[in-house]
Amino acid sequence: MSFEPKIVGILCNWCSYTGADLAGTARIQYAPNVRVVRVMCSGRVDPSFVLKALQCGADGVLIAGCHLGDCHYQSGNYKTMRRFALMKRVLAQLGVEPDRVRLEWVSASEGERWAAVVNDMTEKVRALGPFTSGDGNNALGA
Amino acid sequence: MGKLKLALYWAGACGGCDVSVLDTNERILKIAELADLLLWPIALDFKYHHIEALPDEHIDVCLFNGAIRNSENEHLAKLLRQKSKVMVAYGSCAHLGGIPGLANFSTRRDILHHVYMDSASTVNPGGTVPLEKTALPIGDLELPKFHYEVHSLDQVVPVDYYLPGCPPAVDQVWAAIEAIATDKLPAAGSVVGADQVALCDKCTRKKSEKRIKEFKSIAQVIPDPEICFLEQGIVCCGPATRAGCGAPCINANMPCRGCYGPAPDVPDMGGKLLSAIASVIDSDDPAEIDRIVAQIEDPAGTFYRFSLPSSLLSGTQQKEAA
Amino acid sequence: MKRITIDPITRLEGHGKIEIFLDDTGEVADVYFQVPELRGFEKFCQGRPVWELASIVPKICGVCPGAHHLAAGKAIDAVYKVDPPPAAKKLRELFYSAHYVHSHIAHFYALAAPDFVVGPTADPAQRNILGVVAKVGLELGGAVIAHRKMAQEIQATLAGHQTHTRWCVPGGVSRGITEAQRLEVVEKAISCLEFAKTSIKIFDDVVLKNKEYVDLILSDAYSLTTHYMGLVDDNNRVNFYDGKVRVVDTAGKEIVKYAPAEYLNHVGEHVETWSYLKFPFLKAKGWKGLVDGQDSGVYRAAPLARLNAADGMATPLAQQEYDKFFQTLGGKPVHATLAQHWARIVELAYASERLLELANDPEVASPNVRCLPQATPHEGVGIVEAPRGTLTHHYVTDERGMTTNVNLIVGTTNNHAPICMSIKKAAKGLIKRGKEITEGTLNMIEMAFRAYDPCFSCATHSLPGRLPFEVVVREPDGSIAHVAKR
Ligand code: SF4
Ligand code: SF4
Ligand code: SF4
Ligand code: FES
Repeated sequence: MSFEPKIVGILCNWCSYTGADLAGTARIQYAPNVRVVRVMCSGRVDPSFVLKALQCGADGVLIAGCHLGDCHYQSGNYKTMRRFALMKRVLAQLGVEPDRVRLEWVSASEGERWAAVVNDMTEKVRALGPFTSGDGNNALGA
Repeated sequence: MGKLKLALYWAGACGGCDVSVLDTNERILKIAELADLLLWPIALDFKYHHIEALPDEHIDVCLFNGAIRNSENEHLAKLLRQKSKVMVAYGSCAHLGGIPGLANFSTRRDILHHVYMDSASTVNPGGTVPLEKTALPIGDLELPKFHYEVHSLDQVVPVDYYLPGCPPAVDQVWAAIEAIATDKLPAAGSVVGADQVALCDKCTRKKSEKRIKEFKSIAQVIPDPEICFLEQGIVCCGPATRAGCGAPCINANMPCRGCYGPAPDVPDMGGKLLSAIASVIDSDDPAEIDRIVAQIEDPAGTFYRFSLPSSLLSGTQQKEAA
Repeated sequence: MKRITIDPITRLEGHGKIEIFLDDTGEVADVYFQVPELRGFEKFCQGRPVWELASIVPKICGVCPGAHHLAAGKAIDAVYKVDPPPAAKKLRELFYSAHYVHSHIAHFYALAAPDFVVGPTADPAQRNILGVVAKVGLELGGAVIAHRKMAQEIQATLAGHQTHTRWCVPGGVSRGITEAQRLEVVEKAISCLEFAKTSIKIFDDVVLKNKEYVDLILSDAYSLTTHYMGLVDDNNRVNFYDGKVRVVDTAGKEIVKYAPAEYLNHVGEHVETWSYLKFPFLKAKGWKGLVDGQDSGVYRAAPLARLNAADGMATPLAQQEYDKFFQTLGGKPVHATLAQHWARIVELAYASERLLELANDPEVASPNVRCLPQATPHEGVGIVEAPRGTLTHHYVTDERGMTTNVNLIVGTTNNHAPICMSIKKAAKGLIKRGKEITEGTLNMIEMAFRAYDPCFSCATHSLPGRLPFEVVVREPDGSIAHVAKR
């Protein structure tokens, strides 16, 4: 059976969500693998959201926010950028491949770009295969 | 109610937790007054079959320290759970996986290979590795199975209370034992013997606005003993750690490493710490941010120093196929 | 084939288990001492910043964390090629002397004294620290607890915590002490030295004046002819914190004296399938199996070994006891396993004298307790004498100080092979065909093991507890033929 990656997209309300919406209304064809969660600002994305998504079975997580300088709360995406830089190092140590978690800036008018990012990420995660998280309760000595 | 029936047990542990009970010194005699110690391997006669013979829930309270590292630890955890009314995860190892949980950064195969073949002083041309069963002409010798990963106690059996610390602070131990003995325990599932705030909230170091252009290692600096470590660019786990230890490390001029576990409402210490640490970085420039972030030593091993097995991702993605 | 299982016995960086196999005639055929636990520190210390190991490796053992902390501290100094200022070195040794006082008091009064003061085959209900107190006087019990506590407090005053300290940093320690604190330590050290003298006297009165005990110590069942290892100073005197490792052979002749960095030329570790703990041996002799003698690679470490491997003690009272020790026991080296207890008393005297000596040195209150490293980190070995044997930590790092390789040879591990052999020898000497295995027999087998102080001793002293001990003799079909326990 072929593997269809499950990707959780966490999108800021003002730019990226609108951009994704545009991709839909413009009927751009792109991979259907991203389940979208809308947040008010990419700055709201707590690292534990990403960890939780992976733990709950996501094969990848895509965070998207306004381009630098365009955040509706001034500095939300700068915060995200700083966190993401550190999160990349932590995830690498935890054995999560770099291509599984991605941060992108997508504006309200970049429907095409959104579609391209999703397609590219879907292919990369597909190549990596399913993500298996530490399975806590039932992996004893198995 | 008669005298409290108490059991203490260690699993994948260092013994420091047991010593913390002994360090209650004179008060240990008071413990003996309050409770009958049914089981305490370091101090009292005990055999596995004695525990097996007890009726279920015969033990009122079991203080269980140590991580679940091997099949024997797991077996005893299950047995003691069955025999005890209240199960307390005592110390960081039982609570979170603790220091032995750092093993979850590696696979079982790599650990065995390093210890028994690659390590510098090992002379092992035949590639011998300890086995669960060794058949000798004279009879079989058995060893417990070394699990693929380390688990915290509550990943193996239900736990009623958590008493954090590596080891728990002696005063907190005493307070918790008294609470247990006098039936003054809070709601099941709570952390006992610790505070309801983060260590930073109790820390007396001077704090102002934190803006960091450079992270430093203790190897490179003598920290100012008065000022918040984070403000000096030294990673400190205080923002995500539950208060209650009395801050012995901070007082010894060493940054916190989080042995008291996650502060209230922190689902994952690593996640919380990476936000907290990233938020002090003083730069808007992606290249400079990367450069500053690269100065942080071993972020996952520091943020999850005591909590890797109980973290959201458990650190076991590198686990070999079973 | 009958089989006797003693499980669990006590703790030794984990749990322990003894299997005794009897042959069809009821004689002891073989004995295995198994360590069923592994945690894998050598692996998971890799990838950590090397300076952090000083607070990670003590979690190997909460009974002697101080030894691991200091061995790590010294290895890390070596990795960074930095020499701590004199005050820092003295503080570390001061801390360590307190650690020894605590550990040796604990072992002697909880584990050794009951056998000698009360008697090896006395009623088990009496054969514990309460029995000791009943025999030598009530104030003693209080004094034992008080001095163990004092020694713990000195460690906490210096290093911030009595158990899992975070204090050693590359090039020194994280904080010094004040003059007021120093004077506090002096007070306690004076008291500890007095207590050491009391302990010498108790040993003298109760053991040495009793010919039966001296004969027991010297009896063949408790003797093992091995080589000996211990850290010595420039004058070949016992040192716990610093110096070179000296190894003497079964006749007391020096085989080698090596600096920490050379340890790999001299010590190897053998692996068996039936224990998670490895078996160190001398490379000069090679691993010849679990045998003693001049050609075997098996050596011993810990108090008896340290006295055998050195030429004397660096302090007057300890030297006096050292001389008496060898005079009484028939010259060097002493192969009697049970003499470990007396050796521990000699060391208690040394630790207490050294504690006071260092506390009296005004320099320990100096604020200059750290030199910052300048060199690029690379590789280092740190060796101290843990109460239970020579402790070796070896770290390699990349140029940023991230650990790439770790090797540890832990105190009790040195004695892994000797412990197996001592138990076997005692069992062979004491379990005889047709003779009932009594509680007293069991205790006397256990004494062979207990002399090595395999770790949990320090902890047991506070309670009137004894090592759990039970021997089950099984028929070949697994049914129980005989159970003896206490
Ligand atoms: S929590 Fe700390 S003190 Fe307790 S057993 Fe684990 S490592 Fe030792
Ligand atoms: S980060 Fe550390 S030093 Fe700073 S306030 Fe928090 S606990 Fe104190
Ligand atoms: S300061 Fe941090 S690491 Fe130190 S004892 Fe407290 S919680 Fe544990
Ligand atoms: S509102 Fe879009 S990133 Fe802040």
